[in-house]
Amino acid sequence: MDIATLTVKEAARGLRAKDYSSVELTQAVLAAIRERDGALNAYLSVDAEGALRQAADADAARASGREGDLLGVPIAVKDLINVDGQPCTCASKILRGYTACYDATVSARLRQAGAVFAGRTNMDEFAMGSSTEASAFRTTRNPHDGTRVPGGSSGGSAAAVAGGEALAALGTDTGGSIRQPASFCGCVGLKPSYGRVSRYGVTAYASSLDQVGPMTKTVEDAATVLSCLAGRDPRDGTTPDVPVPDYGAALRGGLKGLRIGLPKEYYIAGTDPAVMACVRGAVEACAAAGAEVVEVSLPHTEYAIAVYYIVATAEASANLARFDGVRYGHRTANPESVFGLYAKSRAEGFGTEVKRRIILGTYVLSSGYYDAYYGRAQKVRTLIRRDYEAAFRSCDVLMTPVAPTAAYRIGEACDDPLKMYLGDIFTVPANLAGLCGLSVPCGKTPEGLPVGLQVLGPAFGECAVLRAGQGVEELVGAE
Amino acid sequence: MTGYLITIGLETHVQLRTATKMFCGCSLAFGAEPNTNVCPVCLGYPGALPVMNREAVRLTVVSGLMLGCEISRRSTFDRKNYFYPDMSKDYQISQNGSPLCVGGSVRIETAAGAKRVRINHIHLEEDAAKINHYARFSGVDFNRCGTPLMEIVSEPDLASPDEAMAYLQALKQILLYAGVSDCNLEEGNLRSDVNVSVRPIGQERLGTKVEIKNMNTFKGIYAALEYEIARQLATVTRGGLIVQETRRWDPELGETQPMRSKENAHDYRYFPEPDLVPVELEEAQVEAWRAALPELPAVRRGRMAEAYGIPDYDAAVLADAKENADFFEAAARACEPRLGKTVSNWFMTEVMRLLSESGLTISQSALTPSALAELVTLLDTRVINGPTAKELLPELFRAGGLPSALVAARGLGQVSDADALAALVQQVLSENGKSVADYRAGKRAAAGFLVGQVMKLSKGKADPQVVGRLVAERLAGAS
Repeated sequence: MDIATLTVKEAARGLRAKDYSSVELTQAVLAAIRERDGALNAYLSVDAEGALRQAADADAARASGREGDLLGVPIAVKDLINVDGQPCTCASKILRGYTACYDATVSARLRQAGAVFAGRTNMDEFAMGSSTEASAFRTTRNPHDGTRVPGGSSGGSAAAVAGGEALAALGTDTGGSIRQPASFCGCVGLKPSYGRVSRYGVTAYASSLDQVGPMTKTVEDAATVLSCLAGRDPRDGTTPDVPVPDYGAALRGGLKGLRIGLPKEYYIAGTDPAVMACVRGAVEACAAAGAEVVEVSLPHTEYAIAVYYIVATAEASANLARFDGVRYGHRTANPESVFGLYAKSRAEGFGTEVKRRIILGTYVLSSGYYDAYYGRAQKVRTLIRRDYEAAFRSCDVLMTPVAPTAAYRIGEACDDPLKMYLGDIFTVPANLAGLCGLSVPCGKTPEGLPVGLQVLGPAFGECAVLRAGQGVEELVGAE
Repeated sequence: MTGYLITIGLETHVQLRTATKMFCGCSLAFGAEPNTNVCPVCLGYPGALPVMNREAVRLTVVSGLMLGCEISRRSTFDRKNYFYPDMSKDYQISQNGSPLCVGGSVRIETAAGAKRVRINHIHLEEDAAKINHYARFSGVDFNRCGTPLMEIVSEPDLASPDEAMAYLQALKQILLYAGVSDCNLEEGNLRSDVNVSVRPIGQERLGTKVEIKNMNTFKGIYAALEYEIARQLATVTRGGLIVQETRRWDPELGETQPMRSKENAHDYRYFPEPDLVPVELEEAQVEAWRAALPELPAVRRGRMAEAYGIPDYDAAVLADAKENADFFEAAARACEPRLGKTVSNWFMTEVMRLLSESGLTISQSALTPSALAELVTLLDTRVINGPTAKELLPELFRAGGLPSALVAARGLGQVSDADALAALVQQVLSENGKSVADYRAGKRAAAGFLVGQVMKLSKGKADPQVVGRLVAERLAGAS
């Protein structure tokens, strides 16, 4: 088996057919990590012993008659999702050496399904960033060009999947952190609708925006992993009791008759022409395959970045307050007072981008500024949501670029935060509106860098998005 | 001091009687070892999420209904941000904008007359941890962290420490009637902060208010108010200005002291809690809770006085504690209607004496309402006499059972048959010639002595009225 190309579906088939055991499969993944991660830096830590133990358990379960799409399948996990007994550093010095003391609901569901935890993937510190350069520990490289970033914040997960070090991985997406690295690395990334997947045990960046989702080699694999993760969780009050449909069946819907909306505000000057060419090519191929293409308008799109950086940072300023050096995590040596303990522990523990966002979020919530910033941002957020509701009355999915560019060079954008923030322009609206979104490869730039197509669907409309994504994947693969 | 008006408002925190904490399943058992009733949620571990305790919502709404509040059909929670070691997340989940209950009032009576104290609102929030200070360090006990607290905020309608006391007593009584809290002051179930100001008579605008914290007892609140009012009056009559500040009551020194300005200068940066969906209450649900409400103590006093023909004083004493009133009513209903006053007499004298001697509450004793009812009925029908009844009651109180069974088993039935008693009367008169002579010499009191001798001879079973009549007849007849 070749981990570089092996999909979850193929692995499940191989395990079922006893072509190999889960222990052998896991050993192959661990070997691939040893071989390649020195160059890629996709992982922050790997618990080989624990993974092999889980694999042996999966093999034993299978021997006693158990089956399952994820039974014995190794999956990499972004380093902010709690897995009991494993590190959970959020790529931050403030949590260096921290060991999770419980399973996140998504971890528990994967465990229940018999999946193997392959390792912890690198990320921008506390998921704040778009290139994984904001990791406190290492710089992950793009598997297609080692001088370029993998995107972020789930850059480690994307690089691990695209770079042949994982079959599949979990990422999180607050403003594009699954979709954009999937686009940069050339894998599939699915951000579920807000509330579709439990956030319990997922270290919070922005609570009203965060979602966990799969990063995989195929759209079908994304559907398989999502089926395991999705559904109401009594530990997360923001997961409504919406039935989980058969995502596998949704893949077979085909493009014929699918109504694709092209929001004109997303097809603007400023996007790299090579990226735009790939996106337009994919849309045209869909039309040729029988999809109906309509133009739609989302007039409040231009405010999305501003709204996002107010809402997300405000929530982050409260969510990250708990990292205070009192109960766990980094504590400064010899603080002179309790407030000194907070100030110095946090000053030493957090990186620049995290501090920038905490300060920004603290500012927008401050007495006298709340109405002008946070209060107004919430109103505009409602307008953005209504834009999408209106658009989805005339189409089933929207197709747009994921990001204005393909992967850029390491160091190119990190000294200009505003420029990096603007790179999120096409992805943040889905988080603000609670939509689901998929990034599926749709071609390459002349330099050979992958380009993703973003497929957006209405809240809890994952079936439409998977159906469209599967169609695009088949067309692009056939080229 | 004349010439000035005093204005007091109270913020009363009431620990609700739930089995578990407000946002997690941890126990609220009092007195556990420090940090044993804790979990990732109440310790604020990364990724943990709050889940609303529905019982805490119900108890708050029931309290609101008892106090005549408007119940909000939709209520939201907010984060109150501040750094302190007693708050694990470094923000408290509270209600800032839309509390569960709005309006309402408490009726109080003092020497100054009766009045209604208006309630501004009641909101629900989580309690902080307890900090214990030791010689060289401080410790945080998170067992209390996350306890559901209801905050009842009064309008500034109170004009004296006496009124503040009457308000707190009335409030406590209502909450005990509602069964929403144990109101145990020693366990910190009921804590109040007070706001107090003074102003010259004739001035419309309220004086500058001072908030006082850290009173653990009603006595402490009274003392703190007396001190603070005297301090403010002394300041203003000297021509000084009251500074708006928070002061801390020092029970050892018996004075209020300003808290450090750092603790005063909070900007709590409230914003809506994104981890909790709004609490939506169905009208039918609220009405079902309303229909199941117990009577208010004041209503019950009036009704009991009328229904059982007892004086207002008796009704007030009996209604003071709900379980006493419940017991009395059950006993009185089991008797003939005209015996209400007798039941009340027995409860208020003999039963209450036993309660105070034993330190038990009525439900902790073995006495049942039917036993008291039977005792009163046996006395009324002259099956037993008063001394026998008084002898039986402590036994019923200690060991339970019914008086009729004891009377039958021990042959304690009263002898009222004149023929049977005539022989005893004859015997006493012949053995006490001196007393007979005294009587005839005009010492009418000697008759009482003779009746007592007959009672003694009958071992207390003789009907004293019949004996009295027989003795009088014989003394008169023989003269």
